[in-house]
Amino acid sequence: MSRLSPQDLGLPASAAEIDSRAMEFIIGRASLGWSDANEAELDTWLAQSAAHQAAFWRLASIWDRADRLTALRPIPLRTEPDQLSVRGRSIYLRTAAAFFLIAIVGAGALYFRTDTSSRKYATPVGGHEMVELSDGSSVELNTNTLLRIGIGTDHRTAELVRGEALFRIKHDAGRPFVVTAANHRITDLGTSFLVRETDDRLKVALLEGRARLESESAQGKPKRVAILMPGDEANATSQDMLVSRKPIPELESEAAWRRGILVFHRVSIAYAADELNRYNQKKIVVADTAAGARVFSATLKTSDPAAFARMAHDFLGLRIQAVESEIVISR
Amino acid sequence: MVETPNSERENVAAKDSSGAERASEVRAWFVREVLPLEAVLVQFLSRAARNKADVEDLRQSVYMRVCAAAHKEFPDHARTYVFGVARNLLIDQVRHEQVVPIDVIENLEILDNAIDERTPDRAVIAREDLRKLQAALDKLPERERNVVTMRKLDGLSVTEIAARTGVPERTVRRALNDGFRALADAMLQEVPDMRRIS
Repeated sequence: MSRLSPQDLGLPASAAEIDSRAMEFIIGRASLGWSDANEAELDTWLAQSAAHQAAFWRLASIWDRADRLTALRPIPLRTEPDQLSVRGRSIYLRTAAAFFLIAIVGAGALYFRTDTSSRKYATPVGGHEMVELSDGSSVELNTNTLLRIGIGTDHRTAELVRGEALFRIKHDAGRPFVVTAANHRITDLGTSFLVRETDDRLKVALLEGRARLESESAQGKPKRVAILMPGDEANATSQDMLVSRKPIPELESEAAWRRGILVFHRVSIAYAADELNRYNQKKIVVADTAAGARVFSATLKTSDPAAFARMAHDFLGLRIQAVESEIVISR
Repeated sequence: MVETPNSERENVAAKDSSGAERASEVRAWFVREVLPLEAVLVQFLSRAARNKADVEDLRQSVYMRVCAAAHKEFPDHARTYVFGVARNLLIDQVRHEQVVPIDVIENLEILDNAIDERTPDRAVIAREDLRKLQAALDKLPERERNVVTMRKLDGLSVTEIAARTGVPERTVRRALNDGFRALADAMLQEVPDMRRIS
């Protein structure tokens, strides 16, 4: 009585062998130095058998899922820090190109580091400014934003006190760029990412590569950390952190303010009004919740609240009324 | 086994002659529809297999057949199809081995029903997944656990892990490979709560 061999089942190799090969590809692919030739080798291997595809897809799905799950994980105090460690502190970065990120911090956000060598940059309501930094990086400030940037020989830090900014970081393995915002810290892991926040919520979205988002350790609160992958958008408050995945174009449209426009896709009138009000002294007031709950999609100029009001009137049939420095929208 | 072609998807597939696009559709379908069945599938297969390696070979074989079929057309009901393939595979094996594990076929439907089709809240899934991840990590041998933690949770590269631990990169890769595969098995194969079906 013999059992079926893998060959009898139509498999060229055992499941363990195929899984191991698939795993090698997954590990290699997530490393720097993965070349087009490597990718072609993977494609060839996948094309050889549906068993190869299934093994690769299966393990890759868990590999990605594990990345997103780390966002939920409170970091336990390590009793044996880097138990296997022989050298000193880790350096989170090597080659990789620039990354960029956007951050919006609510008005109530605290900032926690004051670097004496830092410089202050600010924009008024409706402002938009591009800043070139001495290390070759650049930052675009959105409306009503306050930012401190410190570039030194051994450190590069940016502290977003208020508002929203898009960072394009020139990569430097010896001086990781660290952005702090709303009691969180975002560290370049050789990547391109995007962060955004309102009130006490921080929103970080990664466009390329990897980045690390962590909460500042506070007494009595577990520290949380997420390794972000492209398309990941993290929502963090002082209490928790949750990561979901979005299509990259959707994340990019969130940075449309750089071109002076806002892209709204299936959002409520109330939400859009709040967004527009960040850019203008002339505020939109939504008079009743029924009007505020109406959903629409549109691309609008940041500087033209009147156009938004006209759209609400023409397409949604809402009533608009201009009162001195306000535009009131109601049913 | 019922195999009515899914007309909507078939049309998409017919229009799309590109193999790469089809493969990415099959991949999405496989991850969404088939992988969640793994815990029950493995439990089912393990009744007919002698050891874990046999179970994994059978599982791989089921996946291979299911994916190969999906490249041609998507089965209407992934669950029915997957367990149909598994059942046929076991029948082949039973014939081959001249052994009849009586409970295997009979229990198919019970197991089938064990798959909860409700879709829980995303946050609940995420927290449940996290619990599984933590439990799976705890089960790994120490070195594998350390390497997987450094790579996936701390975000270090294999090169950095090698530098920090003083272990050759090759060894780190091996430990990461073995450790992560065991982690994936544990996450996908945790036995669902069977009390719900009684």
